[in-house]
Amino acid sequence: MTFDMSQFLVTFYEESFEGLDIMETELLALDVGEADLETINTIFRAAHSIKGGSGTFGLNDVANFTHVMETLLDEMRDGKRDVTQKAVNILLESVDVLREMLSSLQAEEDLDDVRISNVKQKLDNLLAGGSEETVTEEAPAEETATAGTDNSVTNSAKATPSGWVIDFKPNVDMLQTGNDPVRMLRELDALGDMVVTPDISQVPDFLMMEPENSCLSWVITLEGDIEKSAIEEVFDWVEDECELTITASTNSATAVNNEKIAEAEIISESIEPEPVKVATIEKVATAEPEPVAEATSASTSEKPAAAAKAKRKATTETSSIRVSIDKVDELINMVGELVITQSMLSQLGEDEDFGEEQIEKLKNGLMQLERNTREMQENVMRIRMLPISFVFQRFPRLVHDLSGKLDKKIELVLSGESTELDKTVMEKIGDPLVHLVRNSLDHGIEIPEDRLAAGKPETGEIHLNAFHEGGNIVIEITDDGAGLNLKKILSKARSSGIVSDNEKLTDEEIADLIFRPGFSTADVVSDVSGRGVGMDVVRRNIRALGGTVDVKTEAGKGSVFTIRLPLTLAILDGQSIVVGEEVYIVPLVAIIESIQVDSSLVNGVTGQAEVYRLRDEYIPIVKLCDVFNVKPLHDDIEDGLLVVVEAEGKKVALLVDDLLGQQQVVIKSLETNFKTVEGISGATILGDGTVALILDVSGLISISKKNASSNKKAATTSKAA
Amino acid sequence: MATTEQKLTTADDTNKNLQMEQSIIGGSELDENTQQFLTFILAGEEYGVDILRVQEIKGWDAVTQVPNTPEYVRGVINLRGTIVPIIDLRIRFDMEQLAYGPTTVVIVLKVMSGNDDSRIMGIVVDGVSDVYNVKNEEIHAAPDFGDGVDSSFVKGLTTVDEKMVIILDIDFMLNSNELAKVNKITDEE
Repeated sequence: MTFDMSQFLVTFYEESFEGLDIMETELLALDVGEADLETINTIFRAAHSIKGGSGTFGLNDVANFTHVMETLLDEMRDGKRDVTQKAVNILLESVDVLREMLSSLQAEEDLDDVRISNVKQKLDNLLAGGSEETVTEEAPAEETATAGTDNSVTNSAKATPSGWVIDFKPNVDMLQTGNDPVRMLRELDALGDMVVTPDISQVPDFLMMEPENSCLSWVITLEGDIEKSAIEEVFDWVEDECELTITASTNSATAVNNEKIAEAEIISESIEPEPVKVATIEKVATAEPEPVAEATSASTSEKPAAAAKAKRKATTETSSIRVSIDKVDELINMVGELVITQSMLSQLGEDEDFGEEQIEKLKNGLMQLERNTREMQENVMRIRMLPISFVFQRFPRLVHDLSGKLDKKIELVLSGESTELDKTVMEKIGDPLVHLVRNSLDHGIEIPEDRLAAGKPETGEIHLNAFHEGGNIVIEITDDGAGLNLKKILSKARSSGIVSDNEKLTDEEIADLIFRPGFSTADVVSDVSGRGVGMDVVRRNIRALGGTVDVKTEAGKGSVFTIRLPLTLAILDGQSIVVGEEVYIVPLVAIIESIQVDSSLVNGVTGQAEVYRLRDEYIPIVKLCDVFNVKPLHDDIEDGLLVVVEAEGKKVALLVDDLLGQQQVVIKSLETNFKTVEGISGATILGDGTVALILDVSGLISISKKNASSNKKAATTSKAA
Repeated sequence: MATTEQKLTTADDTNKNLQMEQSIIGGSELDENTQQFLTFILAGEEYGVDILRVQEIKGWDAVTQVPNTPEYVRGVINLRGTIVPIIDLRIRFDMEQLAYGPTTVVIVLKVMSGNDDSRIMGIVVDGVSDVYNVKNEEIHAAPDFGDGVDSSFVKGLTTVDEKMVIILDIDFMLNSNELAKVNKITDEE
């Protein structure tokens, strides 16, 4: 039977990467010493599905690796093992290794065996170290030997003893699931010389016999140079349906010994504790210590990680998208409505006599159709939008790892995670963000001693925040560290000739120097940052997305990096307003209230600008018709309406002719084919197919200021004349 | 909505028909040296643009005005989901304005603006005229008109059936002045 598995393989990789993400997040959420059972369960389930999947697809390296992790997690779940920081760190590292393995396999490249076996060994060590007691209890004869070789555990995957003893006891109902022990025995036979001893003690009397029950169990001795994984593979499908112990035997003496242990365990043991046992027995068998070079493993682990990450990005960038079920449900609802409208219209078409009444119905139907189509279009667009938490979720891990490496205490605060962002933008903003956060960690936050000395809490805080503003998505990275050392930056810039000696710069301009290519003030080039490549790349990448990045800093208090990204495809809640003949959209978030004009509350200031008294505030009035040079519908200010908007902490009242409905609009860029226009953040297409411009409130405020000042100038010059 | 779509498709069909017709008539004559130009009329003068840059021809329809832009930018339209600016060539060339009539059309062009960037823009003209095959050697450089006339948009002049056709450099024309300046500023930001 040929069966194309490749289509499932794609899904498997996708699910596995998701599983790994889940594992990572949950591992970070795990409280050391006080394990939350549900959290461990979640991690376990994720590991288990990766193991199952990889086994099915014949990715045995992955399956074996995950199996060891699973064993560890299972012990944690059963409370046999404490959740230590060390264990969590090793598990996190294993997650990384698994991710690399999967991406290498996906890209059909060779696996990094050294790294894999290094981490696997760490896992094995942990396993062997933790449950030693249980083993020694069961095998007192080996106690001394075990204690003596405690620190030199060998890798089980590498050691190939001369043979294996397999204790295989199928559950009674195994045959009913379609698994036949005979097949497995045959497969085992193919691996090497096999001696099988059946145990018929459980077989009932002939009269009581159920032909569909499996009552036999076997002790199998396999001789030969066989990988343990090969044996495990045979039992891959049935491991949940039998009691299975696989033990190594180096010579007949230990084989007998093992057999005894195996026998003792038959009834109580299930599959899980098996690697523990193997590990200890191997200690006796191959007592030759195989020292692990910790240093090499540490230094080599970095590079492949980075390389693998880059590769993975290339392969997954075109992949699928996760859509919340709500959005899909909404779409299905809409399609339903569309079908109803369609059938209504076709019924109308079948009518023999087509009178006034039918025309009326037809009109209504068409209107409904138009509305449905429009709604559907909007919703389809929304599918591309994902909450920014997809980007943010990688940061807890980053901060966890780096703060450990840099000996700093850092708390990461995330907010605005539900801010929606277009998927393409999201994929590209990840790396610049990582860079900025790393930078804040390395250069921004001081070491605990310095913080205490400066009278700040020992734990530094990095705050990631995302929100919509003025037609942009703004992402802020705030740290409460030392802030940029402006003097140092300036002197460095002078010495490297970026800035000439007599050039005077404002603080903002100096801070902005860090975005110049090749600029770094770090005294020591660390492996986290400081090589001088970075901030300029960050700025370039963000610019490529049509966004901006800038920094505000205060010595001793910290710095804020602000990224502004345009909403290329983003959706905006808007209020349609009318000025003259034109319809504009005002972002709903900017609107505070809309009021009818009471002319007694309109006051002139210096005869030029007008302000409106709203309760206790005086708010400047911006006449949109003047700003946009449109002839207003009403000449009298009292016939218009005021829309009070706020941007960047300033309030203005926009004078408009009328308000239309509120709607979600799809933002289209004006820049693609045209250019940026001050006061306009983009355009959208209204239900009737015409274009409406979306107002950029902060831009409008600055235009109105400019106009006011130029008016004033004109006024003063005319007076002077 | 439905009506605009209808118009667009017919405009598309016109395009196709034009091109098909030409390829039938002059197909054998086409070689590396020959270019096809779509010509249009503007105040009695005939102008030509490279036909490969023409995306479609559509009738004049209402536009959405964009504030604080030069007068010759009539506004923007929705062309199947993209926002396309519309430039009135008469105003651009400082010609006398003419009320839009039934023959007034918008020629939608693909404009290259360096770095392999392309933009879609529409130009309003009095009417579409014809499609000509012109050999490269038949295109003459524009003479110096003197200071009073800006000839920088003119790529060259050619003669078809004893009539002069002005070949336009649309890339230069639609990237110059306010259209480009603002663009550069955005690049620098």
